[in-house]
Amino acid sequence: MTYDRGDRSPADQPRFPQRGAPERRAVLRVALAIGATTGAYGLSFGAIGIASGLSLWQTCALSLLMFSGGSQFALVGILGSGGGVVAASGTAALLGSRNAFYGLRLAELLQLRGVARVAGAQLVIDESTAVATTQPTVPAGRLGFWATGLSVFVLWNLGTVIGAAGAGLISDPAVLGFDAAAPAAFVALLAPRMRGRQPWAVALTASVVALAAVPYVPAGVPVLLAALVAILAGWRRRPDDASADEPDGQPA
Amino acid sequence: MTWVAVLAGSAACYLLKLVGLSVPQRVLGNPRVRRIAMLLPVAVLAALVVIQTFTIGHRLVLDARAAGFVAAVIAVVFRAPFLVVVALACVTTALVRLWL
Repeated sequence: MTYDRGDRSPADQPRFPQRGAPERRAVLRVALAIGATTGAYGLSFGAIGIASGLSLWQTCALSLLMFSGGSQFALVGILGSGGGVVAASGTAALLGSRNAFYGLRLAELLQLRGVARVAGAQLVIDESTAVATTQPTVPAGRLGFWATGLSVFVLWNLGTVIGAAGAGLISDPAVLGFDAAAPAAFVALLAPRMRGRQPWAVALTASVVALAAVPYVPAGVPVLLAALVAILAGWRRRPDDASADEPDGQPA
Repeated sequence: MTWVAVLAGSAACYLLKLVGLSVPQRVLGNPRVRRIAMLLPVAVLAALVVIQTFTIGHRLVLDARAAGFVAAVIAVVFRAPFLVVVALACVTTALVRLWL
């Protein structure tokens, strides 16, 4: 975030860019483009939800209420492979924990109180955080958060309904290779996080731990054991760690 | 049971978002907690990929889904859009399944 560039704190600045300001149009255009992309991705979530054995309502409820792609894919994947309630919702929460840190970064920028905070919290996701924290000014950052969050929310839910309704028409998902859709989605979600040596080490170790555990523990538990790998890796401070805590040069 | 998982998971995810917006910076500002939170998705997603590709129930297996996984990795390396990655994996898996 760049609001330390000026003298005024976020609380003293106008809420949003003024009407007709060029930065206003630029932010709205980015928000719509990102919403359209995630809407397409919502289509595949809807289809995977049905292929995993959830009903249309359950699949749509996830997009409305959980509204965090990685957590949703994980939950339906674990339920679909026979995992229990604790493993499924626990893994979804583990994947959603990063949103708490996004909220922490956004709190000063957004200055939300009361109802606005309760509503805004649901929109704290990868995309809205990325747009909000990369704008040149505070008002543009705020507009970026709300515009991206709302655009993704609407189009993601629309995509989910269409994908789920469409998949419901297909009798045998395995014939179309739908069982490969969720892992492929995870590969795509993983790709942007694989910068540097540590993510690779964590990903490979976690994979080995999970596969080694599969024969011996209940479904869903291998993923939780894999999460321990991240906790152990993050616990140790590496000597070359100077920039790793703050991947985008943010003050803590 | 599915509804319990859907609602419990959603409640947990929402509370995590709200907590981030509400707590003082120093509570979650601990570098160790931050590092763990950023590595958790990597470990969990990697585990989900291999489990949903290489296992059925409690057995390790190598079947057509492995071809879909390879197709997805190649698509990601070439920076294909999300839907293309997923579609290529599905088509590859379906074709390999036809041939096997």
